[in-house]
Amino acid sequence: MDALLLARVQFAFTVSFHFIFPAFSIGLASYLMVLEGLWLKTGRGVYANLYRYWLKIFAITFAMGVVSGIVMSYQFGTNWSVFSDKAGPVIGPLMAYEVLTAFFLEAGFLGVMLFGINKVGKGLHFAATCAVAIGTFISAFWILSVNSWMQTPTGFEMGANGQFLPGESWPAIIFNPSFPYRLFHTVTAAYLTTAFVVGGVGAWHLLKDRANPGARKMFSMAMWMAALVAPVQIVAGDLHGLNTLEHQPAKIMAMEGHYQSHPEGAPLILVGIPNSAEKRVDHAVQIPKASSLILKHDANAPLAGLDTIPEDEHPPVGVVFWSFRIMVALGFAMLGVGLWSLVARARRSLYDWPWLHKAAVLMGPSGFVAVIAGWVTTEVGRQPWTVYGLLRTADSVSPLDAPAVAASLLAFVIVYFAVFGAGTWYILRLMAKPPEPHESATLAGPVRTAGITPASQIGGTH
Amino acid sequence: MDLTVIWAAIIAFAVAAYVVMDGFDLGIGILFPGFRVGGERDMAMNSIAPVWDGNETWLVLGGGGLLAAFPLAYAIVLPALYAPLIVMLLGLIFRGVAFEFRWRDPAHRAGWDAAFCAGSLAATLAQGITLGALLQGITVEGRAYAGGWWEWLSPFSLLTGVSLAIGYALLGSCWLIWKTSGAVQADAQRLARPLTPALLVAIAAVSAYTPFLEGQYYERWFTSPGIFASVPMPLLVAGAGYLLWRSIGRTGQAGGRDWLPFLLTLIIFALSMIGLAISIWPDVVPGRVTIWEAAAPERSQIFMLVGAGILVPIILGYTIWAYWVFRGKVDEAGYH
Ligand code: HDD
Ligand code: HEM
Ligand code: HEM
Repeated sequence: MDALLLARVQFAFTVSFHFIFPAFSIGLASYLMVLEGLWLKTGRGVYANLYRYWLKIFAITFAMGVVSGIVMSYQFGTNWSVFSDKAGPVIGPLMAYEVLTAFFLEAGFLGVMLFGINKVGKGLHFAATCAVAIGTFISAFWILSVNSWMQTPTGFEMGANGQFLPGESWPAIIFNPSFPYRLFHTVTAAYLTTAFVVGGVGAWHLLKDRANPGARKMFSMAMWMAALVAPVQIVAGDLHGLNTLEHQPAKIMAMEGHYQSHPEGAPLILVGIPNSAEKRVDHAVQIPKASSLILKHDANAPLAGLDTIPEDEHPPVGVVFWSFRIMVALGFAMLGVGLWSLVARARRSLYDWPWLHKAAVLMGPSGFVAVIAGWVTTEVGRQPWTVYGLLRTADSVSPLDAPAVAASLLAFVIVYFAVFGAGTWYILRLMAKPPEPHESATLAGPVRTAGITPASQIGGTH
Repeated sequence: MDLTVIWAAIIAFAVAAYVVMDGFDLGIGILFPGFRVGGERDMAMNSIAPVWDGNETWLVLGGGGLLAAFPLAYAIVLPALYAPLIVMLLGLIFRGVAFEFRWRDPAHRAGWDAAFCAGSLAATLAQGITLGALLQGITVEGRAYAGGWWEWLSPFSLLTGVSLAIGYALLGSCWLIWKTSGAVQADAQRLARPLTPALLVAIAAVSAYTPFLEGQYYERWFTSPGIFASVPMPLLVAGAGYLLWRSIGRTGQAGGRDWLPFLLTLIIFALSMIGLAISIWPDVVPGRVTIWEAAAPERSQIFMLVGAGILVPIILGYTIWAYWVFRGKVDEAGYH
């Protein structure tokens, strides 16, 4: 393998791992904010208990998100130094704003959120929780602006030294054409991911004890999210796709498996095996003209295929085709669970329908799979470019020797699986324990100096 | 003053803030085996648990700020220091997760404590080596790094690596003298004592070596106006070192100034960083690229300066608040 491919694999590996944690912590921070807010408003102990229950899980997730994120901020330079030199004047300031507006906010208030329950008043503690939750959102805002600029670059000028330079207006860079769609779709994805994790944990405990008030509450909250947000996400995804058709048509061609142009309405290929050598999809199961209907809102509208794009600008079709289908299938499965929960509510059997609970447990990790599949679609679909249409991936890479990149890749793989594997195991162990009426707020277990976070401060019983 | 100089000062401030703040919590990691398993280690850990994440964010600002303000320097330096930086990142992973994991898994706590120590030590050595490798000069052609993947390794870079580890360990022990009492404080005093002369020796060794690395450093220090710093600098460092040595022995008593050793160590760090600045100014890649050559265009600088001007004071404000919330000594019963 050459250094370029190794660098790509390394970047894809580290960023995919990183994103697993924010996908959960963005949603979970907001959930904690809602729980604490509800507790302050109603005074009901069940909210305080759920807050403490999820806070412990949040602490572990957040720590893993931070350490994997720090790796990312250096990966741009270690692996994509030419890209960093060229695009730095445009994307660098956006990332600096992320540090200044988001990372410090999160990190500064995290300590108070985790350890300050008995150090500051209830209102101030709630403010700290809000600051962390808002910080996660601001973080997503900036980093997605950066990523979207790379997908749909606007507002820049070319410098004489080959650098991308900012133009007159920074808003033209920040609010580039794909950014609003990507921001909305990704943040919604984080909420859905969290909803299904919370719902899965609630369902797991309902299967064992239908009367557990904490499990009932979290399951119900999660299912409201699923029922309300899954349809929104599907509509947002559709709009995102239309936007992509406008700005990155080759990506849509790969997602749809359209090797050939269809002058009289393109079929929607549901499944099939993309065959890039022969430029066709083998064993395709397809609905005639449906793709034109979705993408152009006209069954007979012509749709161009990859045959209109120079060969050396084709993204890899197979990966994009499949990752897109995985995401969409999971989106509809989430919608299905959401609708099922509405039926269960109507029948007053939300807490007594084991099949629903089993389905929810099964769907617990679905959000993680969907977000990674979505990002693979996005990122592989924009190949071979890092700055779309302007800077090739092959021209972005650092001047490194392949053995150096190979060695570090191996180290990352081993360390990530060992460390984050252990973290995931600890999270699962916490989740396996039912929420209790007197959930402890000690993040440390009994040993962490008894006094640092006495369990008694926040909340009473249910 | 032009914007490029202002940005160089901001990046320097971020790096200095990082060295000081993460320095003491990396130092505690390095010294961790020096504390008895159980309550002592728990206390040492608890003294930094609420603040370590904020401390480390300065590193992200240093890296991200370099990309934003001096993209060319970022693009040259990071590939040049590939191996030490990867080691640093991996080390930070181990120590960062250990804060949470050791409490979640009592059966393997010894393992996570070892990871905490090894990760802290590896990250520190890597940072010190990074500094040494930059000072000794890296090979640049056009707009890119052109050396091999072992260029960073030299006796000098190893020396700076070890020196930084000694410095962080001293900072960490002085932090514990300030923030703890009882057995932990006594251990910290015991550790800080030999570390004080060790740091002075390390600083002397690095300072003696540096002028002979590159013509530039020699001229800086031994011709006017640099010569005016060459004489008082060592005296100031030695003076601060002496006061530090004395003050350590006087801590832990009623009315003792337990914060003084930490302050004095900070002064030694500050003096070393000033010396460093004298050596390399106005380069961002020492001896290769000046800050003006690497600077981002004015539009990028202005856009960020607006943000930094407003946000950095706010950040400092709530960071101080967070430290203040957890003020005072940590002891068996937590913070008081
Ligand atoms: C819970 C997660 C989740 C779910 C259920 C869906 N998506 Fe998605 N999708 C994402 C999470 C995600 C993501 C991880 O957030 C991506 C990656 C980059 C981005 O902007 O969002 C994404 C990207 C993405 C793209 C690529 C845009 C581009 O790169 O230009 C399209 C076209 C869609 N999605 C469309 C859909 C449709 C039609 C869905 C309906 C079922 C859907 N997504 C469900
Ligand atoms: C967090 C979710 C993300 C995931 C899962 C993800 C995934 C990927 C994958 C799979 C690749 C490899 C594509 C290939 O080489 O075929 C890639 C490449 C890349 N992505 Fe992303 N990405 C994410 C976010 C981002 C963001 C936010 C940025 C920009 C700030 C970004 C910038 C890049 C760059 C620079 C490359 C390397 C060049 C390339 O191979 O395209 N990614 N990413
Ligand atoms: C290549 C792109 C990325 C880089 C360079 C990056 C960088 C970082 C860094 C340095 C941190 C640690 C901050 C700290 O010290 O507190 C972090 C954490 C975080 N990142 Fe990323 N990130 C990337 C992609 C993403 C994406 C795509 C998202 C969300 C849409 C995201 C959301 C977050 C959030 C919410 C945190 C807070 C900690 C957590 O819960 O994980 N990041 N990131």
